[in-house]
Amino acid sequence: MKLEELRFGTELLKRGFASMQKGGVIMDVVNAKQAAIAEEAGAVAVMALERVPADIRKAGGVARMADPAIIVEIMDAVSIPVMGKVRIGHVVEAQVLESLGVDMIDESEVLTPADEQFHIDKACFKVPFVCGARDLGEALRRIHEGAAMIRTKGEAGTGNVVEAVRHMRNIMGEIRALQGKSPQEIVARARELEAPSELLLETAKMGRLPVVNFSAGGIATPSDAALMMQMGADGVFVGSGIFHSSDPGRMARAIVEAVNHFDDPGVIAEVSKGLGQAMKGIDVHTLREDEVLQYRGR
Amino acid sequence: MGVRLGVLALQGDVSEHIRGFEAALSDIGEGLGCVVPVRRPADLEGLLGLAIPGGESTTISRLIQKNGLYQPLVNFKGGIFATCAGMVLMATRVDDPRVKPLGLLDMTVQRNAFGRQKESFEADIAVRGLDHPYHAYFIRAPVATRNEKGVEVLARIDAGIVAVRKVPHMALAFHPELGNDLRLHRMFLEGIGIQNSR
Repeated sequence: MKLEELRFGTELLKRGFASMQKGGVIMDVVNAKQAAIAEEAGAVAVMALERVPADIRKAGGVARMADPAIIVEIMDAVSIPVMGKVRIGHVVEAQVLESLGVDMIDESEVLTPADEQFHIDKACFKVPFVCGARDLGEALRRIHEGAAMIRTKGEAGTGNVVEAVRHMRNIMGEIRALQGKSPQEIVARARELEAPSELLLETAKMGRLPVVNFSAGGIATPSDAALMMQMGADGVFVGSGIFHSSDPGRMARAIVEAVNHFDDPGVIAEVSKGLGQAMKGIDVHTLREDEVLQYRGR
Repeated sequence: MGVRLGVLALQGDVSEHIRGFEAALSDIGEGLGCVVPVRRPADLEGLLGLAIPGGESTTISRLIQKNGLYQPLVNFKGGIFATCAGMVLMATRVDDPRVKPLGLLDMTVQRNAFGRQKESFEADIAVRGLDHPYHAYFIRAPVATRNEKGVEVLARIDAGIVAVRKVPHMALAFHPELGNDLRLHRMFLEGIGIQNSR
């Protein structure tokens, strides 16, 4: 096999990578020790960060890509895939993470946006991207830009699942509402959603998003994770919920099992016993408008 | 009562494998059988074949043990069609102590043999028993570095062995379930006695 016959970073390889994460839990970690705990607990991947979202909220100021030294430390610590976050529209942060060799980039509203008009042109990259979305139009715009995976935005760092639920229901409800529509009606609907019509037609035909759809933003307990799976998520991201709980290793294992047995309340009950304190959490309604992360990027 | 095939549905690209088996079955004959997800030992009953999908081998290995599936899989009487993480799990020896392999194919497997996602690639490879090359998708793929007697090598590239067979089992480092070329699915189904009688 000659090297010039190999093709790297194709659309199928990017979406295929995302498919391999299905049914899994992706955990936020800030150092090698946490990464090892996550891997041991059965995480399918880790998100390498300088701070988890709850601490980003507390710190305030401009939140940027993590120190590459931290990302490399985490990449060296585990054998599962490692993801990293970049600011919305920050092409150079994405180039930096790609050059470090991260397995997937999260263009994330949790960091302070670098561009308020455009997201990164993700099709230009060989590394796959995941992006947040609150509704079907937003999800399809990100896929059109080249995202290989979608996640609900939820409201990161709150430990409150209510926004993730809202966003998942929006996306799933809008897909269900396409059933029975004629192609012409779907094209008209695409204009209302500000989504590319070919992608909406494809979504209607498949009865689901054309890429893997995870849930993120406020998942703090095994029951939260199972709830998102019952609503149709392909898997979950857990940010602050694990390492802001009183027993992170146990919480991590319990969430992995709850995702695996999301339709079996007996198992969820069992893994939830004596888990200790979940993260404290924030009532989303008490946030000032400028503190709400999901409004970033649309 | 038709043919029953299963897909180990603990983690990974389960729906792609269900679709792949369904397409291969309907290719052979209308209404030939069905494909079911397997999460518990009881789900294995009556299955002629089982796919172990791609995903994270450490995660799948952990869930196999948690769900009491380790011994039932080792004792499974049907054929196993294993891809990527599945190939890792089929081996007797794996370079990572976090994976407890099933030991159904006597070979040594190295996880992530090509490196990280940026090293993932697609390429046409020659596969023994197929008359023209197979377009294969390698995603953070493993390779077998050594195979023992009885495990037939179907494909080998510079990095190592990427497809093996020991009837009724087959293990592939790449992902036929992501494409539309069903020749390897057909080869597997022939190995468990399902084929076109025409």
